[in-house]
Amino acid sequence: MTGSTATDSTSPPAIVTNGLRKAFGDVVAVDGLDLEVARGEVFGFLGPNGAGKTTTVRMLATLLTPSAGTATVAGIPVTRENAVAIRSRISVLPEAAGLYLRLSVEDNLVFFAELYGLGRSDTDHRIAAALDAVDLSARRRHLAGTLSKGQRQRVALARALLADPEVMFLDEPTSGLDPEASRDVRDLIEQLRQRDVTVFLTTHRLDEASRLCDRVAIFAQHLRMVGRPDQLSARLFGCTVEVALRAPLLNPERVFSTVPGITHWSGDDARYDLVVDDANEVVPAVARALVGAGADILRLGEERRSLEDVYLQVVEGEAQ
Amino acid sequence: MTARVWAILRKEFQDYRRNKPILITAVLLPLVFAVLSMIASLSVGANASPDSVESIVGSAMVLLLIIPVIIPTAIAAHTVIGEREQGTLEPLLSTPATDREILVGKALSAWLPAVAISWLFFAVYVVGVRLFATDAVFDEVGKAHWFVAQGLVTPALALLAVFVGMIASIRSSDVRVAQQISALALLPALVVLSVISTHAVTPSVSTFIYAFAVLFALSAVTWRIVVRLFDRERLISHVG
Repeated sequence: MTGSTATDSTSPPAIVTNGLRKAFGDVVAVDGLDLEVARGEVFGFLGPNGAGKTTTVRMLATLLTPSAGTATVAGIPVTRENAVAIRSRISVLPEAAGLYLRLSVEDNLVFFAELYGLGRSDTDHRIAAALDAVDLSARRRHLAGTLSKGQRQRVALARALLADPEVMFLDEPTSGLDPEASRDVRDLIEQLRQRDVTVFLTTHRLDEASRLCDRVAIFAQHLRMVGRPDQLSARLFGCTVEVALRAPLLNPERVFSTVPGITHWSGDDARYDLVVDDANEVVPAVARALVGAGADILRLGEERRSLEDVYLQVVEGEAQ
Repeated sequence: MTARVWAILRKEFQDYRRNKPILITAVLLPLVFAVLSMIASLSVGANASPDSVESIVGSAMVLLLIIPVIIPTAIAAHTVIGEREQGTLEPLLSTPATDREILVGKALSAWLPAVAISWLFFAVYVVGVRLFATDAVFDEVGKAHWFVAQGLVTPALALLAVFVGMIASIRSSDVRVAQQISALALLPALVVLSVISTHAVTPSVSTFIYAFAVLFALSAVTWRIVVRLFDRERLISHVG
């Protein structure tokens, strides 16, 4: 399966993989990954623990050498020779914050700014902006070891922002954060999208992925599905209209068979699920048919399957 | 020196400054050796025979020449495994810093304090001997070959100790194990040093120049091993 649908077709993609594979001895962590992520896209990379998500990110970040296949990041082929050039254009936020706990927040950021080759005046400005973005300016001179887990995660996010990267790999960026801080991080990712930064987001928070991501990939050793969350839901479950009435219909078959676009219906008592081609076309017609049949409508609308439903269906289906 | 090497060097110093185990090893242990050297040298009486003076000063010098070995075993053992234990290895390796920039920065951060502290204690020792020891002791300490030893052998010994410590740090799964391995690996060098300093081989300028050449050659070989072992893929595969 290939995920070749990107949101922005005018500029070259930020990430391309072709048959990307990584094996550690006999253990295959990633197998034949074909993926395309558009520039400026927020792309969710979902999968169970041990699915190979981190290995994929590490290959794209030039930390691991692929066993087979090719990849391009920020327009540069992923090779040993290009590793420094790629790492100059990306930033990686691993799941663990990875701060020097005996250094102050500022010293941590200065160190990484220097490794990214930022000048002194630029460094001061960017550190201020990055800390402001994660709302930690007041902690600038505190030792990293004195911060809470959530604050450390935010400093790590500030570190990832420093180099103004073209592509950011974020591994569970809201892990350990309270709801308010999680919301701030989501807002930050929205800002990155507006600045045309490509975000490759690895997360277990499916509601977050659903809210943030232009597209998601469900991955377990190889790619299972990729697309917009609503597309995946429609592809997997079809389009379903949910009907709830005050009392059961006397003859539901006669009512629903008169409405074009309903391919299948099921239901009991006063609740019915209609599998339809296009909810926007069918819902008004169903409403008319139900009113014509004298039914009192309590609820009528497209049933939204969450990304979690899609994920569980794909992953559990695979497990079975 | 590139800006990245300088950044790594400065970060390491900032980190050590608040790392008590490293500070204790890097300052207190050398201090103990320096004090022992001083006590030995001050205990020589005015009537001591020239052989006795030579032997005692030789022993004191052995203690002083151990200092550049002790400090790197504490610092260099932290270089890679310390990053891994803190969870900072992956963020560090994800930056544009090259292997050589990381390794040179780390090596310098262990080598510079080792040499500086060794020379500082040697200077204090010489001044102390001048002020409080007998003239015979001072005359023996003031012989050219001991200055050549400090000037050449101390930096070379520190360099070898740094590289051995880095190898241990790259290959170990724990800082303490890395420190123990790096200390053990330096025993052969210390044996050679002891042979020279205890007059089994007569100490002379040429002896210490040879020792420097051997240590430097060993360091060059060890550096190549460090560079070869510093494999991002292997290091990162062992991270979480």
